Amino acid sequence: MSETIKPLLSVENLSVEFGSSRVVDDLSFTVEAGKTVAVVGESGSGKSVTSLSTMRLADMMGAKYATGRIMFNDKDLLKTSQKEMRSIRGKEIAMIFQEPMTSLNPVFTIGDQICEVLMLHEKLGKSAAMTEAGRLLDMVRLPDSAELLHRFPHQLSGGMRQRVMIAMALACRPKLLIADEPTTALDVTIQAQILNIMRDLQKTLGMGMVFITHDMGVVAEMADHVVVMWKGKKVEEGPVGEIFANPQHPYTRTLLSAVPKLGSMTGEEFPKRMPLTVLQDGEPTVVGEERVQDTAKYDEKPLLSVKDLLVRFDIKKTLFGTTTHRLSAVQNVSFDIHPGETLALVGESGSGKSTIGRTIQQLQSSMGGEIAFNGRSYSSMSAAERFRMRQEVQYIFQDPFASLDPRKTVGFSIAEPINTHSLINDRKAVQRRVDELLERVGLSSDVASRYPHEFSGGQRQRVCIARALASDPKLIIADEALSALDVSIQAQIINLFMDLQAERGLAYLFISHDMAVVEKMSHRVAVLYLGQIMEMGSRAQVFETPSHDYTRRLLSAVPVADPTAPRNTALIEGEIPNPVRRVGDEPPILVHEEINPGHFVAKSA
Amino acid sequence: MAGFLIKRLLQAIFVVIAITLVVSFAIRLTGDPAVTMFQGGGSMTEDDLARIRAALGTDQPFFVQYFNFLKGLVTLDFGRSFSGGTSVSLLIGHALPATLLLAFISMFVSIVLSIPLGIKAATSRGKAADQAIRIFSLIGLSFPNFWLATMLVLLFAITLGWLPPSGMSGWASYVMPAITMGVILTATNVRLVRTSMLETLQSQYIMVARAKGLSESKVLYKHALRNCAIPLITYFGLQFGGLLGGIVVIERVFNWPGMGTLAFDAVGARDFPVLQAVITVLSLMIVGINLLVDIAYGLVDPRIRTE
Repeated sequence: MSETIKPLLSVENLSVEFGSSRVVDDLSFTVEAGKTVAVVGESGSGKSVTSLSTMRLADMMGAKYATGRIMFNDKDLLKTSQKEMRSIRGKEIAMIFQEPMTSLNPVFTIGDQICEVLMLHEKLGKSAAMTEAGRLLDMVRLPDSAELLHRFPHQLSGGMRQRVMIAMALACRPKLLIADEPTTALDVTIQAQILNIMRDLQKTLGMGMVFITHDMGVVAEMADHVVVMWKGKKVEEGPVGEIFANPQHPYTRTLLSAVPKLGSMTGEEFPKRMPLTVLQDGEPTVVGEERVQDTAKYDEKPLLSVKDLLVRFDIKKTLFGTTTHRLSAVQNVSFDIHPGETLALVGESGSGKSTIGRTIQQLQSSMGGEIAFNGRSYSSMSAAERFRMRQEVQYIFQDPFASLDPRKTVGFSIAEPINTHSLINDRKAVQRRVDELLERVGLSSDVASRYPHEFSGGQRQRVCIARALASDPKLIIADEALSALDVSIQAQIINLFMDLQAERGLAYLFISHDMAVVEKMSHRVAVLYLGQIMEMGSRAQVFETPSHDYTRRLLSAVPVADPTAPRNTALIEGEIPNPVRRVGDEPPILVHEEINPGHFVAKSA
Repeated sequence: MAGFLIKRLLQAIFVVIAITLVVSFAIRLTGDPAVTMFQGGGSMTEDDLARIRAALGTDQPFFVQYFNFLKGLVTLDFGRSFSGGTSVSLLIGHALPATLLLAFISMFVSIVLSIPLGIKAATSRGKAADQAIRIFSLIGLSFPNFWLATMLVLLFAITLGWLPPSGMSGWASYVMPAITMGVILTATNVRLVRTSMLETLQSQYIMVARAKGLSESKVLYKHALRNCAIPLITYFGLQFGGLLGGIVVIERVFNWPGMGTLAFDAVGARDFPVLQAVITVLSLMIVGINLLVDIAYGLVDPRIRTE
């Protein structure tokens, strides 16, 4: 940064404390007008507290500013009164939050909520504010803005709500925009649209931007300058190209090595277990082996076979209980999983990928089609056989916080499947088995007597994996099992999944929205859209020669963690349509064509 | 919204029929009113009893009696009281306004007190004001209502002589019953408002409202209050229903000429028509309140209105 340009925002030696714990420690960085500074870090790194401190909203959460200043417009924001801050917030500095679904007040219309800022700061009258609000909605490329103004937040999708948030934040043309994980909760094609809008508007309005994120792909797409935070401290900063090409700090190096990069597996036939760079005594050390994951046994008969699966949910009924509207969650989906194979189901929200997993696990009943496990179809199984099947198919959920009983020790939770299926009857032996499982997933056996709240998210997910392994299953359904984890933890868990597969010949149904992770660990991939398979084939076929429009769209929307990669400029437009339909108006069933051996593509109807 | 209300209305009719059926049947299990009427009246013959039963109509099969009762319900003619022969509709006509008025005033007192106090407690969470409000609420919760009522009578009516000890005569007679009920309801409601407000204040949209630069009072009273009211409406509705049924103790203590007193006397006398009518009217009120709650929901929460 040149010395002659005065920065718009300058954070100097900022330390923030909550009670006795210091969450931000001696942080300094500057933001220039028209530039984007990305603050990156994993959970607990203090990045969100930094943004809330700049707005002085952290005060309401009980934050104390131990040292430093935050200079904006020649004013130290930390010394500014809340009363004066209120005239800066929303006018000079605006903020966008992570959760578009909960960022808008459910009881007020979109128009009212945008008008509120304009009437407060710009002193506009109600009708002038409404006109301006409509213009702002056009600016974030929302169709039918005039009508949208009178809608309530719940009538809008997540992507639309985030656009409304952006419109609201930009209403008074702020000089600085703070965006705290603005696209994390969105589907990837929607994320690409939002990022495009933000980039364009920044250019038009010339504002400075602080972009807080954990996603290195988004950093590469958006940032001019990067600040890397770790445990409350800035560990490294520099121009975006420099950070990616030549990371200096050990933490940055481990972080970047953990990020899955889409396209990094090009030319590989099988998934590959990659060594990991981890911090050992402050030094990045490469641990683990590189191994080709050639575990799928295609010569054996399929372990799981799904044929023409159909799942619909009744949405609307008449007074007399006749269903009038249904949601087609899964429509004529067929696939096989072989022993030792990882099949990935990828898709965005509403694609039906989780419903398929839940139906296989018998958590959800189907309306049609057949599922066969080990050659036996579910419908022909006795109750006892179905029960036994629950032992052989295990499920790992997305949220490791919600999927463990907070009032039971983790040892109890892991032993539960063993006891339920009476696999071991000697109490001592159960104990030994639990210890073994804990050690297998990389935890120490003496944590068995602890409760879930004593573990971090990554450790809890390991406990969930241990629990899934307890009944010695043949198939594990992992439903977004990595999505809630930080990338460094995610990389470790991916390797754990692959090691267990190599050891035990486990098959995985890997349900995910994350294309880069899927590319890294699956043998075959099925791309779902609105409940139907658009494309299915080997990983190489789907990723290297994507043949359906939707697959290509999905792949092009993924932000690549490489600032030198060609930026996708093709505009992705459109929302994911509402899958609720009137009874009798069922969606057309797509026919698949085998364009290469094992590579199926849906023909457009 | 319209479909939703029609559905609720049909449900309500079903509920009323079920309640009246159960009530009519259960009352008749408690004994023969003819025998009760004779108690202490010297010797009686089977013929005497049969004559009384015929006069009261209790000799007819249960379903005939029930059907007559339903017919009466539609025309608001609940028959005559077994004891005294007064028109039941007349009795209810006197008692219902007394009870409703007391319930409304108690509810009003409680809402007016608990909402500001609950909000204050929530916004000063963990601080002195919060602690004080919580301690007062705990004290209020620990009082049995009849005890509080008796103490108030002792102090204000007997010792100080400021207020009438019982009965319904002028505004002064409302003060003590309303305070008793109001204070006890407030003790519970303050906690409820506090919890609901705390939850609402945690919401992302409250942070967004602050990030817009709105003043704290705008944030609280415009953005938070309506959202915080959604769970409260259900609870206040249920509470009002419970109040109508549970007011009997207070009515006894203050000798209030309401539905509770009427029901209490009717139970003693096995006065089927009165008891049946009291319970039916009260359950109709409660069903009605629930309907009002559903409508109020729609007004406050657009997610329900626009379904």
